[in-house]
Parts: sequence; C-alpha cells; structure tokens
Amino acid sequence: MATKKRKRKELFALGNEAVVEGALLAGCSFFAGYPITPSTEIAEVMSQRLPFVHDGVFIQMEDEIASMGAIIGASLAGRKTMTATSGPGFSLMQENLGYACMTEVPLVLVNVMRGGPSTGMPTSPAQGDVQQARWGCHGDHPIIVLSACNVQECLEMTIVAFNFAEKYRTPVILLLDEITAHTREKISLPFPDELEILARVAPAMPPEWYISYEETMRGVPPLPPLGSGYRFHVTGLTHDKNGFPTSKPDEVKALMYRQFRKIDQFFYDIQLVDEVQCEDAEIVVVAYGCVARSAELAVHMARERGVKAGFLKLKTLFPFPKSALQPLARQCRTIIVPEMNMGQLSREVKRVNNGLAQVQTINRIDGQIITPSEIFKSIMQA
Amino acid sequence: MAQVTELIHNYLRHNKKFPHVYCAGCGHGIVLGSLIRSVHGLGYSKDDIVLVAGIGCSGRMAVYVDFNTVHTTHGRALTFATGIKMANPKLKVIVVMGDGDAMAIGGNHLIHAARRNIGLTALVLNNNIYGMTGGQSSPTSPEGTVSATAPFGQLERSFDIVDMAITSGASYVARGTVMHVPMLDGLISDALEKPGFNLVEILTPCHTQYGRKNKFKTVVDMYTWYKTNTMKRELYAQKSPEEQQKLTPIGVFRDEGWPGLETRYAQLRTKLQEQESCQSSAN
Ligand SMILES: Cc1ncc(C[n+]2csc(CCOP(=O)(O)OP(=O)(O)O)c2C)c(N)n1
Ligand code: SF4
Repeated sequence: MATKKRKRKELFALGNEAVVEGALLAGCSFFAGYPITPSTEIAEVMSQRLPFVHDGVFIQMEDEIASMGAIIGASLAGRKTMTATSGPGFSLMQENLGYACMTEVPLVLVNVMRGGPSTGMPTSPAQGDVQQARWGCHGDHPIIVLSACNVQECLEMTIVAFNFAEKYRTPVILLLDEITAHTREKISLPFPDELEILARVAPAMPPEWYISYEETMRGVPPLPPLGSGYRFHVTGLTHDKNGFPTSKPDEVKALMYRQFRKIDQFFYDIQLVDEVQCEDAEIVVVAYGCVARSAELAVHMARERGVKAGFLKLKTLFPFPKSALQPLARQCRTIIVPEMNMGQLSREVKRVNNGLAQVQTINRIDGQIITPSEIFKSIMQA
Repeated sequence: MAQVTELIHNYLRHNKKFPHVYCAGCGHGIVLGSLIRSVHGLGYSKDDIVLVAGIGCSGRMAVYVDFNTVHTTHGRALTFATGIKMANPKLKVIVVMGDGDAMAIGGNHLIHAARRNIGLTALVLNNNIYGMTGGQSSPTSPEGTVSATAPFGQLERSFDIVDMAITSGASYVARGTVMHVPMLDGLISDALEKPGFNLVEILTPCHTQYGRKNKFKTVVDMYTWYKTNTMKRELYAQKSPEEQQKLTPIGVFRDEGWPGLETRYAQLRTKLQEQESCQSSAN
C-alpha cells in the first residue's frame, strides 16, 4: 500500500487532561461538575474545550448531587455526558447515580480516588472507593466500573467508558487515583477514524409503537432523546415496560432481572484485562490503577531473578473479571493483590479463587503508593 | 364540558394511569387543570414540553400528563431540568415541586437555579406540609401549626417562597392560589412565555394531612381560608401593617424578562467559535 504513514498527534498531558481528550473523542458534549481535588482539572479543561465543540455545554453546578442531576437530564435529552469528582463528591452522587441505574441512563462518572473517609487526604492517592463504586447506591443494581493505570490508558478507558455507557444504556464509573490523574506523560491521540465510537440504540419504530422499557434481545431498550416525538415517562420508581410506576411482583422482577441480564450476558465484552508473562507464572500479581505500574515492574524484577512471576492488570473492576482470574488461580501457587485500601478488591479475588491458590494481600492506607520493591519482596517471599 | 373532555383526551394519559392518587379536595388537581389550560391556550406541542417533577404528591403529576415526563429524585428536579434545558434549549421545561421538595431538600438547587436564571418554569405547590409522607412539618409550615413531627406546634419560622426566589435572582416571580383559578391560569401562562427562571408559588390545600390537624373542619373551610386570607398585591399594599399580618399577597412580584443561562451560553459559544474560525482562516 502506498498510503503515507500518518503521524498521531502527541501531547504531554496529565491523566485528567487525557480523560478530557478521550471524552471529546468519544463524543461527549455535556459536562456538569463541582470542583474537587484531585479531579478539578477535568472540569477546568472541559470548561475551556466544550464551548468550541458543536453544541457543547459546560456547567458548574452547586454541588455533586446537582451535577449528577444535570448530566442525567442532559443524557435524556440525547447528549453524551460526563461528570468528574473525588471521594466526598462521589458520596453525594450516589443518590442520583442510583436513579441513573434504575432508569438506565447512559453517562460517565469519573471518580479520582483520594484518601478517605470524609475529607481525608485531598492531595494523596488511595483506592478506597472500590466497593463504594460497586455498591455505593442503595438497592440491587448492576454497574460497570473501569480503571486506568497511566495517562494513555486514561484516554483509552474514557472512550471505552462512553462506549459501554451507550451500548448497555447504563452509568459507567471510571475509577482513577490521584497519582494516575496527576501524572504527566506523553500520549498519542488516535485519529477519529481509528476509533470505534458507539451511539445509543435509537427506536426503530414510530412513536405509537414505542415501548420505553421493552424487553429486547440484548436487554437494552432503545432510548430516544426527549423532545423527539417519543413521549415517555421516566421514573426512579420500579416501573413496568411502559415506564409507569408499578409494584406488581412479576413486573418488578422482569425489570430488575433484565437490568442484570443486559450486563451479565455480555460479560466477555465488558471484562477487560491485560496479562503480562502469565503463561507459566507460579506467582501472579493482580493489580489496578497506579499500583499496577509498581506491580508490573516488580514482576519484571522477579523474572530477572528467575522467578516465574506474572501480572494480571484489571481494567474492568466490575463486573469482576472472574473468567480471567480463574484459570490463573488454577495454574499458580500464589496470588498477590496489592491495593491502597484494606483489601477491597482482594475480597473479589478470594471469592473467585475459592481456595485454589494462596491469596496474599499488600495493603496501604497512608496516602503512599505501594512501591515496586514492596511487591517484589512479597513475590520473593511467596 | 365538551372542552374539558377534549383537554382530558388530549393532554392526560387518561387510558393509562387513572384513577389518580390524589385525595378528594386536594388542590394539586386544580393546578394540573390550570397547567393544561395554559399549555393548550399557548398552543404548545406536547412533544416540545418536558415536565420534570420531584417526589411527593405534587411530583406524581408527571405520571398523568401526556408530555415528555421525568419523575426525578426528592428535591432534585431543578437539577435534572437544568441539564435538559442546557442540552436542548428548544424544549419548554416545566418543573413541578412540593414545598418540601423545593424549599427543604431542594432549597439549595432552587436558589442556584434562580441565581443562574436558567430558562425554566418552576411551579411550587405549597400546601405547608409533607403530604405524601403523612403530614410532617415542611419549611413553609407556619409557626404554631401542628404536624406529625410538630405535635406541640411548630417552633421554627417559615420560608416565604416568593421572597426567596426574588432575592436569589429569578426573572419572573408570582404567587397564586387554587381558589383563584382564572388568575392562576394567567400566571402560569405568563410564566411559560417568559425567558429566564420563572417561579409561580401556588397555595394549595392538603386537608388530609394539614387541614384536619389544624382546625379546618372541612375541605371547604380550607378553600374559604384561601379566599379570605389572600389578596391581590396591589390591594394588599394599601392595607395597614396590622391587616397585612393576616393576609398573603398574590399576583406578580417580579417580571424582568432577563435572558436565560441557556441563551447566554449559546451566545458565548457562537462568539468563541466565530473568533476561532476567523483566526484559523487568517493563519
Ligand atoms: C432523599 C429522600 N428523603 C425523603 C424522602 C421521603 N419523601 C417523599 S415525599 C416527601 C415530602 C413531600 O412533601 P412535599 O414536597 O411538600 O410534597 P407534597 O407531597 O406535599 O405534594 C418526603 C420527605 C424521599 N423520597 N427521598
Ligand atoms: S395527602 Fe394532601 S397533598 Fe397528598 S393527595 Fe392528599 S390532599 Fe393532596
């Protein structure tokens, strides 16, 4: 082929800035948020960029509850929407996040984790919101939680987050941490034509035939924008397939089961992991976020000493990537899970491991990253 | 009568969600009627209207009308509505809230929606009580009134919704009652046609949860109270301070016609994008 090799545009960007680049490439045209360290740059850069996007809107709301309300409203009006926050704000967002789960409104919520609980350590990294991301809003609900460990991944996983949100008609949480968000690295911007950008399913039928929460093959009902002639009702109450409130057990069951099914049956599409030197590994380190970088380095160090170590990086945290972990649990002797919390994801690892391998945890909650040498030491002792 | 039937068929989900949940004598239905007549009178298309409601008996209105309807979370209706309006300024966004919804849990959102003057019409159905949850005090329950959570009388002072909206920067602010229906029709129509943040406080009785506990023997007594204890603000202004104490003024309290945030944002965006394209063509 005689086509000239195109050179991708390169940037020296913060993780937070890369999130914005990813969001804009994914078609995000609406951002509502409230400033909070260490996520603030996302809002600031959005306020700069969105006025230059066709119909782009940036709005600073009065709090994080309002930010969630605004992006849900805008998403219902047909926009791809996003907000960004950190611990205290994430707690405030849970109420309307639950609403988005119940009403199946696509949106992306970026939570840059810092030390907690409460005001905690605003400028220090942590991974303490992992289980809150899974279960923070009340009631049973499926949710997709993703993470990223470097600046290029911040861009890529933001695009994935938007695609999953639209494809599965669900809120998607992107969990970052202070280190990943505030690291400045060289990244390359993909050309728009290199990307697969998904749009939400639009109704194929005329308004008279449209049933807003109809059961479909994929379990994902089409969602037209408000004001497009499809007049329907949206409510956080349990609803029947027409969207109207119901508490009839058979109708409630159908609604809730469909919501779980639409995520569960596409588990293999949603489960994203990277495996490094796992083929013959006897010791596997499972990590995500900034700790993943320490873990990868520690595994290389161990290999240099002839230890059969491998690394499983989780990019999808929930639904938990069980089918990536299970074969490794069968194969290896020890699984090491380093996390900057008291063991929030290692609970999932232990559940899936189910006694197969020995699971060790390395936990830190003092605002310091778990270093490669700490992990290396554990590998060598395992 | 024929016209009523026509309006019911045109604007209500009459074959879906009726009978409604409202108690006999509840004022919320009168507000609903007034809203429907206003929308009809102004000739809006149902497709262009989004009715956003909070949680409470008032919020239930969203189920009954055949518009685009979003029944949100308690107190947060204005935040959803802000997102909808900013995302698509062509839509007519109407927000229906109760007094607990708008002034307690959603008080901060109300202040800020008014301050940023987002182009919405907010209807606050003030029945001085939490109707849906069984008659607890609300921020508009008058001092001394009895409720399920103030069994010995309310000690706290109550909010004046109109004053709050004006101070916060709303562009259009009015107060009506369900006892003055032609006037209410006028106020809602007026508000719907104005740019910026428009708020109409509507005094409406909840005999079930408020009236019975506060010495209103019958529903009719409550409606009579609204008739004898409210007064057009022009007449009210002529009364002595002692007489004013017992009266609530109704009518239009502010009418500025300030452009909504969605319009100002779109103007800024157009300006910036024009500047950008000038610069890039100059390069
Ligand atoms: C976060 C939250 N807190 C409390 C409630 C319970 N709740 C439902 S309606 C309501 C108050 C309703 O009163 P009001 O807003 O005055 O409306 P009305 O029913 O009188 O029309 C409350 C407290 C809720 N749904 N959500
Ligand atoms: S409880 Fe009060 S507000 Fe609710 S429907 Fe009955 S009368 Fe109306």
